[in-house]
Amino acid sequence: MSEKKQQVSRRQFLNYTLTGVGGFMAAGMLVPMLRMAVDPVLQESAAGDLVNVGLAVEDITNEPQRVDWKIDQVDAWYESKVGKSAWVYKNDNDEIVALSPICKHLGCVVSWEGSEQFPDQFYCPCHGGRYHKDGQNIPGTPPTAPLDVYESKVENGMLYLGMAHPRGEA
Amino acid sequence: MLQKLYDWIDDRIDITPLWRDIADHEVPEHVNPAHHFSAFVYCFGGLTFFVTVIQILSGMFLTMYYVPDIENAWKSVYYLQTEVAHGQIVRGMHHWGASVVIVMIFLHTLRVFFQGAYKKPRELNWMVGVLLFFVMLGLGFTGYLLPWDNKAYFATQVGLEIAEQVPFIGEQIKILLAGDAHIVGAQTLTRFFAIHVFFLPAALFGLMAVHFLLIRKQGISGPL
Repeated sequence: MSEKKQQVSRRQFLNYTLTGVGGFMAAGMLVPMLRMAVDPVLQESAAGDLVNVGLAVEDITNEPQRVDWKIDQVDAWYESKVGKSAWVYKNDNDEIVALSPICKHLGCVVSWEGSEQFPDQFYCPCHGGRYHKDGQNIPGTPPTAPLDVYESKVENGMLYLGMAHPRGEA
Repeated sequence: MLQKLYDWIDDRIDITPLWRDIADHEVPEHVNPAHHFSAFVYCFGGLTFFVTVIQILSGMFLTMYYVPDIENAWKSVYYLQTEVAHGQIVRGMHHWGASVVIVMIFLHTLRVFFQGAYKKPRELNWMVGVLLFFVMLGLGFTGYLLPWDNKAYFATQVGLEIAEQVPFIGEQIKILLAGDAHIVGAQTLTRFFAIHVFFLPAALFGLMAVHFLLIRKQGISGPL
């Protein structure tokens, strides 16, 4: 090992400073652009309000029924009404369950007793995915997870629904 | 690490001569500001290119939010300006850069003109440069309409009327640009957008390539 001090050559010094300054300038230019591009990823997901879906609690039975309602959606500069739907019923403990109809396989729409062959099950027409009444996927059919569940509350005897969340998350 | 990666590629396809040929050339003393400070006038061409690169990059990012539609153009610009992080900065770069690039191109032109650098054998490059200048003006003109605010709308109406003054084919030119004989509207906006982001940039790239190739071929003109 030589004790000689490491000399920085003139060429090295210029290389480092020029690369540094150039890199700084390039970063100053690119950072705002990239930050703007990734903005949607960094937006906090707006927790949508729970919306009155126009179904009285007393009309909810043990049999899943399809509920359709509209929400006001703000999509950047575009505001519109967007249709949503859910399968709603009361379970054995008399709790209201609102299931998302979006199949967990590839996103088709499931229906309660959608196939005559499978009574008392949710059925997806696309690839024959099936779920029990509580939303649990039936092993051996394409879906790998249970149906999402809507946030729900009851106010003045009416059902309010929010966003659908995967089971076990919320 | 980088050196290894470079060597690995260079081993196989011998890229060194490729970039050497582009990057490795001597800067003559008379164009080097380190020798004569007044040589900074030679920077304007490079600065034009630098600002052009900023324009291209910021423009690419702006199209992530912009829509060329009369209902939504202004709203999307407003959204990107007020709601998107750094959107104001990126649009600001594109807005101010558009003016700066014209200033730089003009200073570059003045330098070439007053040094007589356009003379034989470089007349061709002068002509290409003039075309580049027109393309830049066209980019400025078409870009001005895109925010679809009052200023943009009325400036474009005036611009179209100027185009209409061309003898004999003026009216046709105006309709070709506006997309309609009487209305400055939906079709004008989409046309200007297409011209702004596809047609003129394509022309710009082609002309820039020729411009730079000719410089490399002919070299920088000698000292005064």
